[in-house]
Amino acid sequence: MVPQDLRYTKEHEWVRVEGDMATVGITDYAAEQLGDIVFVELPEIGRSIAQAAAVGVIESVKAVSDLFAPIGGEVVESNSELSGEPELINSDPYGRGWMLRVKVANPTEVGNLLDAAAYEALISEA
Amino acid sequence: MAPSHDTPMATPLADRHVALGARMVEFAGWMMPLQYTGILEEHRAVRSRAGIFDLSHMGEIFIEGPQAAVGLGRSLTSDPGSLKVGRAQYSMVCFPDGGVLDDLIVYRLGDERFMIVANASNSAAVSDALAVRTGGLKLVLDDRSLATALVAVQGPRAASILAPLTDVDLTTLRYYAIAEGQVAGVPALVARTGYTGEDGFEIFVEVASAGRVWDAVMAAGKTAGAVPVGLGARDTLRLEAGMPLYGNELGPDSTPFEAGLGRVVAFAKEGDFVGRAALAKAAEEPRKRLVGLKVRGRGIARHGYEVFRGERRTGKVTSGTLSPTLGDPIAMAYVTPSDAEPGTIVDVAIREQRVPAEVVALPFYRRPA
Repeated sequence: MVPQDLRYTKEHEWVRVEGDMATVGITDYAAEQLGDIVFVELPEIGRSIAQAAAVGVIESVKAVSDLFAPIGGEVVESNSELSGEPELINSDPYGRGWMLRVKVANPTEVGNLLDAAAYEALISEA
Repeated sequence: MAPSHDTPMATPLADRHVALGARMVEFAGWMMPLQYTGILEEHRAVRSRAGIFDLSHMGEIFIEGPQAAVGLGRSLTSDPGSLKVGRAQYSMVCFPDGGVLDDLIVYRLGDERFMIVANASNSAAVSDALAVRTGGLKLVLDDRSLATALVAVQGPRAASILAPLTDVDLTTLRYYAIAEGQVAGVPALVARTGYTGEDGFEIFVEVASAGRVWDAVMAAGKTAGAVPVGLGARDTLRLEAGMPLYGNELGPDSTPFEAGLGRVVAFAKEGDFVGRAALAKAAEEPRKRLVGLKVRGRGIARHGYEVFRGERRTGKVTSGTLSPTLGDPIAMAYVTPSDAEPGTIVDVAIREQRVPAEVVALPFYRRPA
């Protein structure tokens, strides 16, 4: 069961929208597929990102994966803990493993995302 | 000749891996455990305690007869005839042009009896090459790959874990030696060889006995903190130990000399062997050299990434990972011979960036004395 209060992308990002601020990370499913995460490249503060664009890189021992923006807007914060402890994404993907905070440009974009039930259906078919 | 399979084969221990929660992947035509709890954790367990591996996908080919040593001398680059009974050597089968068909270990089980352990991906090709190269000689080839299971125990606690389970005296079994005896009450070959850079043992048994041996080793290993280890950590362990992987560092386009493994070619042995003339030339004229790289930036240098010396392309990464022991990214790469000196700074193209890396001598890790 994934957190019911979040929204999801087909690329396995999650987003928590609170007013015009969004917190972004990757799901437990994605972290498990990747294995032990060792490096994360995140976009700089102030950068404008577009929904569905590849904005960063998540690197595990075995694989490299793009991070896709679940929602468009301006990057206002990135999780500085991840440079020293990238494994937080594996151990706590919805909590301490958060990656970005974004000031949402267009709140209607949330309508393009999957809810928890739809995301669970997606990963159970995988 | 091994039959070809469209669906991957299962080792005799497959159900156990699934029950242990392993992520299974296809490798060389077999479904194998990639990891159980995680690559970093499994790697560290082997370095500090012990790991237990299912390597039943590997090939085991027996060669027996009065001309077994002669036949192997013709077929391999090394001189298995010089081995004492109970000893082993790392070796290669080369093509006539000096390229590598497989790297393997040959064990001498008797005056007229040898076992070759070949890579899973090449065991049929090795069998075929041996058959062609030893034609007409007084020997029998018996490819028992599909009838043989292999359980490995590797790590500083491996000997103390295995000793109570076997009648083989591990205190007198030297590195690169092999003995016949029993493990967990079943007939077994016990070899002190491995692919991790740690002390350890490889236990060869009939397929029907695999479960019993695995269960016994797992139970005996429990209090010592031994864990099952998958192919993911097997790769990071051998890379830290500077050991080549066929398909990455070795292949038809590389000679043993380019890989820094000229010691497997015994030019002084009696009799001709396949590839001799080409290898003599290759020893003098390497086109490239295999080096270790310590990446001095962020990012893993992976197989296939290009390597530059300044603006000039000098070669390619063959294997790379984050070294769990060192904490930094490490890699092996082929570079132009003039760029192979330890201390040389090169750049690896990691996605759109050029990341600096320092050429270092292999291995990256040596186990404490």
